Amino acid sequence: MTMRARVYVTLKPSVFDPQGRVVADALHTLGYGDVRDVRQGKFFEVELEADDRAAAEARVAEMAGTLLANPVIESYRVEVL
Amino acid sequence: MKFAVIVFPGSNSDYDAFHAASAVVGEQASLVWHKDTSLGGADAVILPGGFAHGDYLRTGAIARFSPIMAAVSAFAERGGPVLGICNGFQVLLEAGLLPGAMVRNRRIKFVSRIVPVRVEVTDTPFTSACSEGQILHLPIAHGEGNYFAEPEVVETLERERRVVFRYVGVDGQPSEAGNPNGSVHNIAGICNDARNVVGLMPHPERASEPGMGSADGRVVLESAVRAFSERVAAGRASA
Repeated sequence: MTMRARVYVTLKPSVFDPQGRVVADALHTLGYGDVRDVRQGKFFEVELEADDRAAAEARVAEMAGTLLANPVIESYRVEVL
Repeated sequence: MKFAVIVFPGSNSDYDAFHAASAVVGEQASLVWHKDTSLGGADAVILPGGFAHGDYLRTGAIARFSPIMAAVSAFAERGGPVLGICNGFQVLLEAGLLPGAMVRNRRIKFVSRIVPVRVEVTDTPFTSACSEGQILHLPIAHGEGNYFAEPEVVETLERERRVVFRYVGVDGQPSEAGNPNGSVHNIAGICNDARNVVGLMPHPERASEPGMGSADGRVVLESAVRAFSERVAAGRASA
């Protein structure tokens, strides 16, 4: 059956995120002084054919580890809907 | 000697590298399309600069799965000299042929200027005609050249003398002011543990003739020619 999965890719905590920093600075400029930090990531919606949720999750996790995320600098989380 | 320059959709320094290898250094060169599966008997491979596949997803992330990359990996595995310039360096990182990764430049700006780069080691096929500590003035042009690796990886690179090029200041010393993109330890280029695969963000091929503002980069491809001649001579001696 057709299933949908979401993949969240974020930079590892040890990796400095220049884009997140710029966004945080912009928020400060806008008056959001309560913002402590911003980390920018990527979000994917994957539609795929799979027998069940477990199979879909395993399959999408494999895709995330191979292509969607670079394990050197990023980590990922998979959610099957 | 024969250079193969890989052409990805979005490469833009492929002809610069081709020109430097053929017209400037005077060797044979061929352009190899990324969907090809053979390097055509090349003696050295260049992955050129540009924006392969539009830098979609991550720089080099799609290009590493191009059909030609299996041949490039096998060539590297056999000890063949492979040079990744700028986007080509990013492809080598994504392909796992070199350790680490690139993130956005520290100040988010695309940096395009000539910078001083120090040659740290001469025992690679792309620095063999340099002298250790030699300063090369080379253009950089990138938005994601901020080299990152975990501290233990950086420590290994330093210990094994695998930092090949380092950004330096006007005094020739690595400094914060001389670091154009935030790279850890001012790293501009590294090699693999077998030392035959070299990646660097600066563009030696764009600085290989006096009219280009600097001809310092010429020595990188001349090194490859020298290393090739030495390999051939060693082969004859042992035959």
